[in-house]
Amino acid sequence: MNFLRFAARRLAEMAATLLGASFVVFGAMYLAPGSPASFLLSGRSASPAALQAINEQYHLDDPFLVRYLRWLGQVLHGDFGRSITYRTDVSTLLADRLPATLTLVAMALLVVVMIGLALGWIGAVRGGATDSTILLTTTLAVGTPSFVAAVLLQGLFAVKLGWFPTSGTGDGFADLLWHLTLPAVALALYLIGMLARVTRSAMLEALDGEHVAVARSRGVPEREVIRRHVFRNSLGTVLTTGGLIVSTLLVCTILVESAFSIGGIGQLLELSTSTKDFPTVQAISLLIVALFMTVNLVVDLLHPLVDPRVTLGARRSEA
Amino acid sequence: MSAVLTRRPGLGRLRSARAPLHLACLGFVALVVLAALLAPWAAPDDPNAVDLGNALAGPSPDHLLGVDAAGRDTLSRLLLGARTSLLGPLGVVAFSTVAGVLVGLVAGWRGGWLDSVLSRSTELVFAFPGMLLAILIVSVYGEGLLAPVLALAIAYLPYVSRLTRSLVLAERERPYVSAYRVQGHSAAQICLRHVLPNIAPVVLAQSTINFGYALMDLAGLSFLGLGVPALTPDWGRMVFDGQTAIQHGYPLSAVLPCVLIVLTVVAFNVVGERWADRVARRTP
Amino acid sequence: MNHPEERVNALDIRGLRLHLPGAARPVLDGVDLTVAPGETVALVGESGSGKSLTSRSALGLLPPGATTGGSVLVDGEDVLTMGPDRLRALRTGRAAMVFQDPRAAVNPLRRIGDFLTEGVRRTGVLGKADADRRAAELLDAVGLGPELLRRYPGQLSGGMLQRVMIAGALMGDPVLLLADEPTTALDVTSQAEVIALLGQLRERFGTGLLFVTHDLGLAAAISDRVHVMYAGRIVESGPAEALFERPRHPYTAALLAATPRLDARPGRLAAIDGQPPDLRQDLTGCAFAARCPYATGLCHEEAPGPWPVACHHPLEGNPADD
Repeated sequence: MNFLRFAARRLAEMAATLLGASFVVFGAMYLAPGSPASFLLSGRSASPAALQAINEQYHLDDPFLVRYLRWLGQVLHGDFGRSITYRTDVSTLLADRLPATLTLVAMALLVVVMIGLALGWIGAVRGGATDSTILLTTTLAVGTPSFVAAVLLQGLFAVKLGWFPTSGTGDGFADLLWHLTLPAVALALYLIGMLARVTRSAMLEALDGEHVAVARSRGVPEREVIRRHVFRNSLGTVLTTGGLIVSTLLVCTILVESAFSIGGIGQLLELSTSTKDFPTVQAISLLIVALFMTVNLVVDLLHPLVDPRVTLGARRSEA
Repeated sequence: MSAVLTRRPGLGRLRSARAPLHLACLGFVALVVLAALLAPWAAPDDPNAVDLGNALAGPSPDHLLGVDAAGRDTLSRLLLGARTSLLGPLGVVAFSTVAGVLVGLVAGWRGGWLDSVLSRSTELVFAFPGMLLAILIVSVYGEGLLAPVLALAIAYLPYVSRLTRSLVLAERERPYVSAYRVQGHSAAQICLRHVLPNIAPVVLAQSTINFGYALMDLAGLSFLGLGVPALTPDWGRMVFDGQTAIQHGYPLSAVLPCVLIVLTVVAFNVVGERWADRVARRTP
Repeated sequence: MNHPEERVNALDIRGLRLHLPGAARPVLDGVDLTVAPGETVALVGESGSGKSLTSRSALGLLPPGATTGGSVLVDGEDVLTMGPDRLRALRTGRAAMVFQDPRAAVNPLRRIGDFLTEGVRRTGVLGKADADRRAAELLDAVGLGPELLRRYPGQLSGGMLQRVMIAGALMGDPVLLLADEPTTALDVTSQAEVIALLGQLRERFGTGLLFVTHDLGLAAAISDRVHVMYAGRIVESGPAEALFERPRHPYTAALLAATPRLDARPGRLAAIDGQPPDLRQDLTGCAFAARCPYATGLCHEEAPGPWPVACHHPLEGNPADD
């Protein structure tokens, strides 16, 4: 089995891309007009003491590459520096806020997978008016940005009907889930549409396969034909959207958390961007990219298991 | 029971049922573009004229679609907002299409180290979702339309260049290219006169679809307060401003820009996808 | 084997008519055909002649919107009037089909063992252990090892896969096996193996075999009786040898002349002029009249009777050899 070699190679590739991403995230700071020190302090009182502290923390007197490597070394040890706005370690800040975001993303992911697959399945199998309705609904869904969904859902279900809280994360886990229901739906809507469409077209393609007609001719019950020969065969295609789904969830959570005032890393990113708290922006950007790439790696490793025709090492991205 | 190798029943009907949808979307795109072009003359009011005494008023003869929480005329803001909301994505699409085609053309035609450098950097950009790259750049440059447009253009570039590259690779193998080469035409001539026109429809269809995505991303940035400056009328910004109005039970000034965003994105998606379908059916 | 009444035909098609929406005349127009238990019958014709439709009707596989007349009895029971449940039972048990392209017919994502057993297992005919044992037995019967049960279709050659198809068709112990051009998609050596295998299995299991092909030579080699089909009708039937040596319908003769033969002098291949009649046009008279060198006015006006040769002017001599 050359699975291990394949996994090792993909892991190395991922590390290389992450290295590139970290370089971009670090180097972006130097695109700013003016000196890095004034950028990092932007707007705040530039007392000599503060300048001194910034210089020390960022080693601004060192050459660029040395600074980058030093920063990278710290990041690898989980040290993202200190937040300029909050005056605490960025890693502490992240640890506080990550649970809310991860819960929200997990809830949305669950909704996306369950409803997206179900709608795609029903549309492909039923056809006719049901399919047209699903197609039209999903067309609307993929045209609805998550913040629009968030504002509309909030207006209807939280403000007007009062069924759900309008904002915040509440106390305790059950209350958290309660508070995150509307945000999760808002976050999921676009992706439900996308996944339903991908599933539908993959299943329609599988339905056209002769092996489906052959299975029917062998007396396999229709429900089993759909499950074992149509849905199963569309799973490979569906799986390849996994990376896209997770990256979209992570990015759109910035918008949804802002709309619902949820104290997660998305809202933190928005706040630190508008206050130019660059170490925090760097950390969250890198975190999102790393999460996205991890999911992509997992998808790549799972793909040969889902579809035995996929040979290990064949590159999806260049297909 | 169904028979062997037949297409899904209802698919034919669906195709024809989608034609009116396509026409409606085409019409809507035309309408929005027209509104954006004529906005300065069509807008009944100054979009930034604040009338706090009249805040959150409903539709009236003076303000056909009501006013927002700051007492600004919603219709005027929607009309002028169409300009910013369309101009941004247009910039993204124009830049990413021109640069992407150029990069894809060179990589596909020349191949070699250039191609591998390109595919490496493409992978790197793919790792950054467009919105995240835009936020990163905005956090450095501060708000404004130019920085996010450039960031999104860079984020969208790989989609165009990868498509162009694969199209060029296929096109290069076709006999007419070697025929022209034998006749002594230069590579640049062949690319410009023959390859480019042949691949243009597919690329433009992709760019039309990208327009919808860019609109969503830019509106999202404006919603976060990271896109256009605060006073510029913009649909995404209007949704953000309208949140307060919603909390007070006057949803109109937030709902209308929401509806316009959704309809515009859907219209561009439908038109682009239909175009892509048609182009795909024509080329073998 | 399970059927004590040996005299019931495995397949008995009587006056089968099949109409498709949008066609001006029936696609199948009064087809009569029988396959006795243990007998091999070949159905020969050009593509579009209706031979595949005829064989598929035995499993109730009809195109959408098709209307039918006549009867298709499999093991004494009419398929055309069956409900979905009985039809499913028929497909898992008494009748099975081997398709043309095994690569397309087997789901590439499922293991061979799964393919073999799913028909009987999903309908509850056999439990897992029994189904696996039977699958291994049948793999052995088609000359393959039981280790294949764990393999994926992509790991097998086309010829091996067609053997798997055949094993799969035998899972339900059918009285009727339908083979729709089972060798067309295979290379030459696999073709010969599959043909030999089908012959052996028919003898061993006593299955009636309907062999659909466009190759008259192959049909004659494998079958007891041959039916030649043209434009939805059977134009000539008879023992394979007689038909091959002394064709009486001009179409059969033309088909033979168009078939390369080892024993014939070279340079004698003759294509049949013209095209089979268009389904969108109604037909008066003999369907082959427009392409027939012997056609007279009568042929264009009146359809010939069906038996034994559907021709107004059957050939008496032996034009294939003269």
